[in-house]
Amino acid sequence: MKIPTIKGYRRENGRVGIRNHVIILPVDDISNAACEAVANNIKGTLALPHAYGRLQFGEDLELFFRTMIGTGANPNVAAVVVIGIEPGWTQRIVDGIAKTGKPVAGFSIERFGDITTIANASRKALEYVQWASELERETCKFNELYISVKCGESDTTTGLSSCPTVGNVIDKSIAMGGTASFGETSELTGGEHIVRSKAANEKVAQQFDAIFKDYQDMIMKEKTDDLSESQPTKGNIRGGLTTIEEKALGNIEKLGKKTKFVGCLKPAEAPSKKGFWFMDTSSAAAEAVTLWAASGAVVHLFPTGQGNIIGNPIEPVIKISGNPLTCSTMGEHIDHNVSAILRGEMTVDEAGDELIDMIVRTANGRLTAAEALGHREFVLTKLYRSA
Amino acid sequence: MIEFLIHEDKDTVGVAVVDIKAGKQAGGRSLHGKAKPKLKALMEIPLGHKIALQNFKPGDTVIKYGEDIGKVVAPIKKGDHVHVHNVKTKRW
Repeated sequence: MKIPTIKGYRRENGRVGIRNHVIILPVDDISNAACEAVANNIKGTLALPHAYGRLQFGEDLELFFRTMIGTGANPNVAAVVVIGIEPGWTQRIVDGIAKTGKPVAGFSIERFGDITTIANASRKALEYVQWASELERETCKFNELYISVKCGESDTTTGLSSCPTVGNVIDKSIAMGGTASFGETSELTGGEHIVRSKAANEKVAQQFDAIFKDYQDMIMKEKTDDLSESQPTKGNIRGGLTTIEEKALGNIEKLGKKTKFVGCLKPAEAPSKKGFWFMDTSSAAAEAVTLWAASGAVVHLFPTGQGNIIGNPIEPVIKISGNPLTCSTMGEHIDHNVSAILRGEMTVDEAGDELIDMIVRTANGRLTAAEALGHREFVLTKLYRSA
Repeated sequence: MIEFLIHEDKDTVGVAVVDIKAGKQAGGRSLHGKAKPKLKALMEIPLGHKIALQNFKPGDTVIKYGEDIGKVVAPIKKGDHVHVHNVKTKRW
């Protein structure tokens, strides 16, 4: 298959992005206000407020830094202003992002106060946004885009149409030499034997087994009932899905028919080479897409049945639905309607080709429904309580 | 007109792709294109919900995608609505 070209931003480290954000990144919850003030002062910048960053420790703290540094390092981001309450963790995030070669500067609030910090950070943000606004898109290859996939508010139509469409694109893009990632550890329950059979080798299969078992153990430890109140979700059940096994089998359609996955990633970990990767993520949409954006993914494919409306501030989320009711009652959220598959009027292969075309258009600058509607869900994954 | 689709030939449930009214003689086919004999819906099957392709008794396994999707917990007749009231997960 011929590899399409796209017009992207080639960053200092050679990676290809499809957006050109200047982000104002808070290190911690109490620096959100300063970041939002800077983004209000300097038009064209984007603050990413979040709820954490204080008194985390151990593996949870490692995940926090990986997420913050990865978000700044994402090729959809041109430059970063980091603001934290104190200089230590602020500088750690600045140094991590600086390894990409992109412009990044840190400001800390203690011994300055909000007002002085906001003034200093705003001057730097102004410099960055004017610089970024003169960067030009250049011709890049489709297989240089790192794609993430996850569905949400699934129903039986996702298993029949939108998930197989994404699976078709995975098969085609990996065959082109692309990079992609799937996850949703808990939502593979009932189909884990199928996922395992898609591992590239026994070592990768064993890594997957260990991650899957760890998640199951956590659920068995924490659960107070059979999880039937949350997996499947109320939306899933309304759409006709009955059990987690049925939901998982539909979900797994996204993995394609031919593609094997080459390795397992920790949450927010970047792939070390091309190919298809499993990432250990929650199945909650905003948390999972935030992890993929932090691992460097530049475009997300999101099949939905009942109509999950999620977006992400830096990674465009393309919604695909085959549910005719959803496409008519909440069509403003859907980028690619594949309901013709249910009517027998379109094949999955044709729907996959059309989705590749939609990815190219999105990469070239078309705003996704979620971007146009202002969905900027930035949600950090927390592994356990803070100290 | 297709009223329901079946993922794999050995599946024991179909998926309604339109709202099917009770008493309707519904037509289905598999995703591989094979037409199925018409089936009378015994109750209303909303779009996306499952229709039983055979009778089941409690303890039976329901097959969709050619795979086990859970166990039957209340008797089901061919043409019935199959959902959380008569099928449960075998996990968790």
